[in-house]
Amino acid sequence: MAQLATAKEGGAVIKAASSSGRKPFRLSTLMSIVGTTPMIATAVGVFVICIIYSFVLSFTNSRIFPAFAAENFVGTDQYARLWSTGRWLISVNNIWFFGLLSIVANMTAGYLLAVFMDQRIKAEDWFRSIFLYPFAMSLVITGLVWRWILDPNYGIQATVRGWGFTEFAFAPLVNSSTAIYGLVVAGIWNGVGVTMAIMLAGLRGVDSEIWKAAKIDGIPAWRTYLFIVLPMMRGAILTAFILQCVGVVRVYDLIVAMTQGGPGISTQMPAVFVIQHITDRSNVGLGMAAATMMLLPVIVLLGVQAFAQWRANQVKEKA
Amino acid sequence: MMTTETLASSAVTGSRIEAGPRGAKPKTLTIARVGVYVFLILAALFFLMPLWVMVVTSLKAMPEIQLRNIFQWPQQITFEPWLKAWDTACTGRDCNGLKPGFLNSVKITVVGTAISIVIAALNGYALSFWKYKGANVLFGLLVFGAFVPYQVVIYPLIIGMREIGLFGTFPGIIIIHTIFGMPILTLLFRNFFAALPPELFKAARVDGAGFWQIFFQIMVPMAVPITIVAVILQVTGIWNDFLFGTVFAGRENMPMTVQLNNIVNTTTGVREYNVHMAATILTAAVPLAVYFISGKWFVRGIAAGAVKG
Amino acid sequence: MTQHSVSIRDLSLNFGNVKVLEHLDLDIAQGEFIVLLGPSGCGKSTLLNCIAGLLDVSDGQIFIGGKNVTWEEPKDRGIGMVFQSYALYPQMTVERNLSFGLRVAGMKKDEIERRVSRAAEILQIQPLLQRKPVELSGGQRQRVAIGRALVRDVDVFLFDEPLSNLDAKLRSDLRVEIKRLHQRLKNTMIYVTHDQIEALTLADRIAVMKNGVIQQLSDPHTIYNKPVNLYVAGFIGSPQMNMLHGTLNGDTFTAEDGTVIPVGTYEFTTPAAAGTKAVLGVRPEHIVLGDDVKRMPFTQEIEIEIVEPMGSDTLAWTKIAGKAVTFRVDSDVHLAVGQKLVVGFDPARGSIFNSETTNRL
Repeated sequence: MAQLATAKEGGAVIKAASSSGRKPFRLSTLMSIVGTTPMIATAVGVFVICIIYSFVLSFTNSRIFPAFAAENFVGTDQYARLWSTGRWLISVNNIWFFGLLSIVANMTAGYLLAVFMDQRIKAEDWFRSIFLYPFAMSLVITGLVWRWILDPNYGIQATVRGWGFTEFAFAPLVNSSTAIYGLVVAGIWNGVGVTMAIMLAGLRGVDSEIWKAAKIDGIPAWRTYLFIVLPMMRGAILTAFILQCVGVVRVYDLIVAMTQGGPGISTQMPAVFVIQHITDRSNVGLGMAAATMMLLPVIVLLGVQAFAQWRANQVKEKA
Repeated sequence: MMTTETLASSAVTGSRIEAGPRGAKPKTLTIARVGVYVFLILAALFFLMPLWVMVVTSLKAMPEIQLRNIFQWPQQITFEPWLKAWDTACTGRDCNGLKPGFLNSVKITVVGTAISIVIAALNGYALSFWKYKGANVLFGLLVFGAFVPYQVVIYPLIIGMREIGLFGTFPGIIIIHTIFGMPILTLLFRNFFAALPPELFKAARVDGAGFWQIFFQIMVPMAVPITIVAVILQVTGIWNDFLFGTVFAGRENMPMTVQLNNIVNTTTGVREYNVHMAATILTAAVPLAVYFISGKWFVRGIAAGAVKG
Repeated sequence: MTQHSVSIRDLSLNFGNVKVLEHLDLDIAQGEFIVLLGPSGCGKSTLLNCIAGLLDVSDGQIFIGGKNVTWEEPKDRGIGMVFQSYALYPQMTVERNLSFGLRVAGMKKDEIERRVSRAAEILQIQPLLQRKPVELSGGQRQRVAIGRALVRDVDVFLFDEPLSNLDAKLRSDLRVEIKRLHQRLKNTMIYVTHDQIEALTLADRIAVMKNGVIQQLSDPHTIYNKPVNLYVAGFIGSPQMNMLHGTLNGDTFTAEDGTVIPVGTYEFTTPAAAGTKAVLGVRPEHIVLGDDVKRMPFTQEIEIEIVEPMGSDTLAWTKIAGKAVTFRVDSDVHLAVGQKLVVGFDPARGSIFNSETTNRL
């Protein structure tokens, strides 16, 4: 029965192994690789090689151009320097503060809006459009508009004072201790609609029989929303949360447009820090050390996520 | 005492209707209902306020702005700031307004969107139906890429682009947008194709169609809805980009957002807030138009784009 | 080897460490209607996909029409395939759906037209040719899907649960049509299903599968009446075969509660030593009552516990030899709960299995 497989001329089988069991290499597989060349280049070239390149650079004293000569390698000096640079320490503080505040505010407001939207209201589409339109606009525009609104001389503060409340003070951007709140307000204005949309989809996705059961049990609506429905929306919450996290780590445009890191260096953020050091401040080594630090929480988060998934799979297999 | 009405109905149903609640429960406007609307309307006012401020500021002349009432509708409407923002506003020495930036953004957005979507559709298709060895690893890397802060890869990309002579050129910025749009768009298309019945693909293979035939003749015609979502996502994404435009586009191809920021932050001369706001509206016009025209699709795009994890 | 339409030799398929098919052999004669039957996950669809060339096998060979097609592309294997979800190309009209494969192959226009119109005529879908799949009913879609296999003018048809998405009425209609089609075309047909009625009504031979292994390959009558093991016995037949556990001693079977059942009439395929633990299986319709009881080697007085009228017949639940048992009577026979009567059966019509090996004795 030892049948010799014949490779068809110009046909499908390009390389035929001699035993019947081995999987032949097919033309379509080749096409699949050819068709996804850009993906291969991006996945490997950008998301592996570029990251490694940045990582390696962080151990050098490169200034404007990459310097890989033996004498350029300075070990972990850049990291030591980074963590003693005031500008960076403030950046790190700011990103935590900004991130925590805006994520908590965003998620709370988003869920609240979603719950109110879920009350079989009239003109739902109108409200949805209004809550969501800021997201269509770039963060540069968001930043510029809010900078204008919060302008101490012509903005809200001046307007309200003009109405007779001469003591009214609302100009967070000019004060280095409050500027970051201005950023948070603008960020929420831009992004809360998305959270609302995701949460609303989550709410609508909850089995309607849960509502019927809660109604028959006489549980008030607010308790149902808070203690029954909210825990059931894990997917929507996680989605909104991850979206927010990615946005926070990347926050750059908003700061450039709104405060440029000021007043002073009070609203510096890691993303701005890195760009500044590879451009104006021409200290690539330090910039790359900072960039590596930015990647760290992402890797930790993804690691936790992967571990959670692995655990879930293990549990599933046992069941 | 019985009315003729109840008599008639009892004759039909054979039962008597007694006093007390009957029929549909009367609707009452409760305080809670009013509260819901008050909350939503207040929230809506907060969201609309910046748009209102933008519009009224852009229609005022500078003296009126100095009256310090940013909410007030202009006493005298002027379109001068709009013309200036479009045509003659200055960034440093150049005084051509936003016009060149608009054209650059159109070019970058159209070409960038087209190329990145074709590539992403192919990726998604290959990852769903023609997985080769290592394809899953590549996909994992790509998904990882969706979470990587741009700052981590931006410098190596600058060096790389410079090496191949594309730094600060039109093809350069297109490549950059293709790269950074790829993770999310590929995910979008992969999820779409993976949700199709696999039997469709099997049927096409039994019919003898190969990689490209199945893609172009079976898959592409079916992928129209997801392509619309991808177009919305990518058009707004590229148009609104600021970072890549600043770094990679170069002076010749400077997109509108970068130019807007430059105009607003030009420190020479008097700050013309009305021109700034007009310029801001002009820059926001395209994504806003996309948003209002696409309506529900936009929401779908966000939801689809959001399912990352 | 060449007289077989399809031959499968020592076929194995692994996904990583998971063995889906193991050393499978199957010969299918020209024009035969084979049904692969089993629960979901038994590997029947996987086997069909291997035959179609949609899955690469890990080991073994596949011959179609005497040609080794183990490494061939699906289109080069001389097969047509019909899927459960119909898998019609949604953006194409029925006509273009039917002709897609032929167009891909670069066939001449008039030949394509001839084949499409022949298929449309056979399946009576001529009026639908210009419609899109969404405008068709489920039954019509499945006809088109069959038509797509038909136009390929091939010797072997593969059906992957083609009727599972249809409602009960359409299912039985199309079942008859597939049978008619087979009688007209006389092609080899390999048909995967989990529905035993489809298997019993359509098949020349049924291959009952479990965990990637063919348990029994036989004509429907043998499969139903002489299952080779406990698994096949339990899988085929609704309601299930009644199983009594006990011990074999020559011509007697002693049930667990001590009831002695004479099995002298049973034809053993393999002799069983005295004291062998065994299972005696009796189909519900083989338990009789009334006058027929007198002819039965085994009788017992029982009490009716539950009565389920099914329309055409009636199922009754009771206990025989201490075990819950169902039996089927004509719907004219009136049974009442609590009623006592004598029933009996002939072990010759039943099956006896070794408890340990689960194989037929």
